[in-house]
Amino acid sequence: MKPGAMRTEALLITKEPYYEPQGEEIALFEGAYRNKIPVLLKGPTGCGKTRFMEHMAWRLKRPLVTVSCHDDLTASDLVGRYLITAGDTVWIDGPLAHAVRLGGICYLDEIVEARKDTTVVIHPLADDRRVLPIEKTGEVLSAPGEFALAISYNPGYQSVLKDLKQSTRQRFIALEFDYPSADLERRIVDHESGVGDEIAAKLVRFAAMTRNLKGSGLEEGASTRLLVHAAKLMVSGIGARTACQGAIAQALTDDPEMLAAINELSASLF
Amino acid sequence: MDEFRPLTAAEIEDWLDEELDAALSLRRTSRQAAISLSSLARDQQDFVRHWIAIVAKTNPELAFHFANHAADGLKRMAKDDAEAWIIQTMDVYDKMGLYPAIAALAAVEAFAAGRAERARAVALEEVGPVLELFLQALSGRPLRLERGARPFTDTTRLFLPASIAERPTREENLRLYKAMAAHLWAQTWFGTFPGSDPERLMNHCRSSRDPDYACELFHALETIRLDACLARELPGLYRELRALHNRPPPARAWQSWSARLEAADATVETTYEAAAALYGEPVPERRPYQGILDGGAVAVALAERMAQERAALQAALKKLLAGKASPPEGDDRRRFSAGKERSDRNEPTLLFDGERLTAPADVRALMQSIRQDLGEIPDEYLVPAGDGDYAPESPKKVEDVWKGTYHEDGAFLYNEWDYKRQHYRKEWCVLREVDVHPAEEPFVAETLRKYAGLSTRLRKTFEALRGENAVQRRQKHGDEVDFDALIQGFSDLRSGRELPDGLFLRHRRLARNIAVMFMVDMSGSTKGWINDAERESLVLLCEALEILGDRYAIYGFSGITRKRCEIYRVKRFDEPYNREVRARITGIKPQDYTRMGVAIRHLCGMLKGVEARTKLLVTLSDGKPDDYDGYRGEYGIEDTRQALLEAKRDGIHAFCITIDTDARDYLPHMYGAANYAQIDDVRKLPLKISDIYRHLTS
Repeated sequence: MKPGAMRTEALLITKEPYYEPQGEEIALFEGAYRNKIPVLLKGPTGCGKTRFMEHMAWRLKRPLVTVSCHDDLTASDLVGRYLITAGDTVWIDGPLAHAVRLGGICYLDEIVEARKDTTVVIHPLADDRRVLPIEKTGEVLSAPGEFALAISYNPGYQSVLKDLKQSTRQRFIALEFDYPSADLERRIVDHESGVGDEIAAKLVRFAAMTRNLKGSGLEEGASTRLLVHAAKLMVSGIGARTACQGAIAQALTDDPEMLAAINELSASLF
Repeated sequence: MDEFRPLTAAEIEDWLDEELDAALSLRRTSRQAAISLSSLARDQQDFVRHWIAIVAKTNPELAFHFANHAADGLKRMAKDDAEAWIIQTMDVYDKMGLYPAIAALAAVEAFAAGRAERARAVALEEVGPVLELFLQALSGRPLRLERGARPFTDTTRLFLPASIAERPTREENLRLYKAMAAHLWAQTWFGTFPGSDPERLMNHCRSSRDPDYACELFHALETIRLDACLARELPGLYRELRALHNRPPPARAWQSWSARLEAADATVETTYEAAAALYGEPVPERRPYQGILDGGAVAVALAERMAQERAALQAALKKLLAGKASPPEGDDRRRFSAGKERSDRNEPTLLFDGERLTAPADVRALMQSIRQDLGEIPDEYLVPAGDGDYAPESPKKVEDVWKGTYHEDGAFLYNEWDYKRQHYRKEWCVLREVDVHPAEEPFVAETLRKYAGLSTRLRKTFEALRGENAVQRRQKHGDEVDFDALIQGFSDLRSGRELPDGLFLRHRRLARNIAVMFMVDMSGSTKGWINDAERESLVLLCEALEILGDRYAIYGFSGITRKRCEIYRVKRFDEPYNREVRARITGIKPQDYTRMGVAIRHLCGMLKGVEARTKLLVTLSDGKPDDYDGYRGEYGIEDTRQALLEAKRDGIHAFCITIDTDARDYLPHMYGAANYAQIDDVRKLPLKISDIYRHLTS
């Protein structure tokens, strides 16, 4: 096997990932997949975008290649590059090219974090051409019908720097994610942690309180993920207030006043 | 040893006569004060003299009273506490004037006792920010936290005492603050004051034989109900409430009503019924956190808010409607409706022609607030405003502040540094943001024509600056193979050495990540040449910055006295450089004075909210800080310096470009030795400024 190449089997998800639909997103994604249209997932952090992708990969029985984008991610990091072995250079596919060859699902998480020039390489893949030109080898990879591209971004940052270009976003079908409704979120927290209905409901109420603080010192309220963390801590015997402090308050902010306020809230609830 | 010998009464009197001259007369001498001060030790006397001199600069009359009380104060308190006493007095003077300040001085005994209490006391100032966040998170309409003699809420504002010290420990006093705030919040959240009848409580009390008793009775009963609500919703908080108050079991007559009020389905109606049934019974002991009820204040605030919110919602709906297709002819159904689900947890939903509409955040907040008062959104609220209707957003408009009665609504309050006191004057400056009146003159086009050569040159230099591409050689990882390194590496390998690990090329684009705020002096002294030069500079700068892609904002500042500081919007960060901005640059006109500190504080607050690696505040100025009410000389310079130090703490770099030829005397002290540029000839400002900016940011 070539160095660096990933095994297809390892990318296949065999066990059903737990997912509670918020709306019609599963049908929409399947529709997009059948029509070979790429998908854009919008939503705040920790509301289930990545879990949704895992679930869809399992449903469609396709391997899932996830790339977490960062601000130093170059086009070569996605497409591939030459490596040097003893006396020779070898071409290694990047995750995107790999996913195209496999006919898998490529999921670029937090796409706006990547450098602007990087996002452009997905353009020919994201319209009806569905090709990935590899400049350095002169190859033009044509995506098989099973291939799908999905990207995610968080519109809540409200930073001029972290905005998606129109030329990129207008190639996608967009699915909007938000924190689930109180009822649903309670079910998710309970299912993921086994903490019980009552405490899950309190945690959800707590999350709603922190979401009220968004914009007055908090960039984001507590995500469903943080609630699950707190709930798991409680299940393993840690006191409710301590769990909230560690898993939620400290994870959200460093500001002492904000921490004090959030801790007062958890103390009021539990 | 003269330095250690206490001064005699006569010596002090001479000194006082000179210092307090303005406050003395034939019948009012400083003798009494001198005698009392002569009994102090020398270091205490020096301390008192130091402060008398400072206070006298603020107000000689106040200094005279201070001189008379100082000996008493120092006998009761150590110097640290005495200093706090003086500072507090001056704050009172700043806020309320001379007579309250004199009263504060005379209350030295109480103050000294208060200082002793301070170890256990908690001040609203320290817990306020946390409580505010706490209340906001509890959800519901934002409640403004204010200082008041007694804790109560009018459903818009929440008043809490300035400090609490009635409990033996700090911890418990803190709990009491939280309990008060939460309990008052509960009044607004669990429907103590239904919006359908704002005057209900007031009328209920007034119609009774004994209004005070009726109010007490209602309050006691309502407190039972609210505590039960809190116990259900916030059990942790309820435990804290119980810990604060050892509650005796309810009297016989109250027992059944108590149980009814504590039931989950009890509403304020239940409380009114109970109040009618129990009228005449003795009222149980007040719970320490329950505060007071003020039906009158609630009626006023509620009525005012509801009228305002109704108009605001209707205006917002009209705006929403503007983007929609008009209904088919003859169809005059109401198009907006509200989701009927009644749940405090979910935000109210807005429906348009039966379809769910994602309303902007401010509309959602409005709907939430209306629902909090009325339980639902009444249909008549959902009729968009007609064309002729005007929507009074607030009866008090920012611009009207000087036309009628003075108010501070919608203004920003800022502290100001008093170097003599070495303390901030709290909420001393009142600042408002206003738009520069745009002027439709061909100024921008003329400037560009005038500086055509310069502007092409600028364009070139700035283009070169824009995101330079750099190739890094011999990298461990990279986009391409570095063949130079590879060939050399192979020869190394052949000759028996190791292959070096850096064999790749990496392309790096150095992205600029700068946000810059231009603060333009619009004081009266800029009239003429300077104003023209400033405006021309801004035009050239904007052109250059558009090439660079740096984020920038432009604000002017001026004002007259601390009560009227103004910031003039020319361009916000998120605004493109468009026709309107150009017209506003053209419209920049000289105004009044130069109060710099407050302008810096305001603009830095804005700059802080922008996400950028480098944040820059560039001031264009023509002279020293200067304002009508004593903001000049050292005072102004020190306050400006303090404001700049605050900016630095927030990671903002400040730079000043000035045309004042005396700038070297004071600018290094304010901005630091390397952070200013002085331009000798005003006419060169437009030429120089872009150069300076380029140097600054590369």
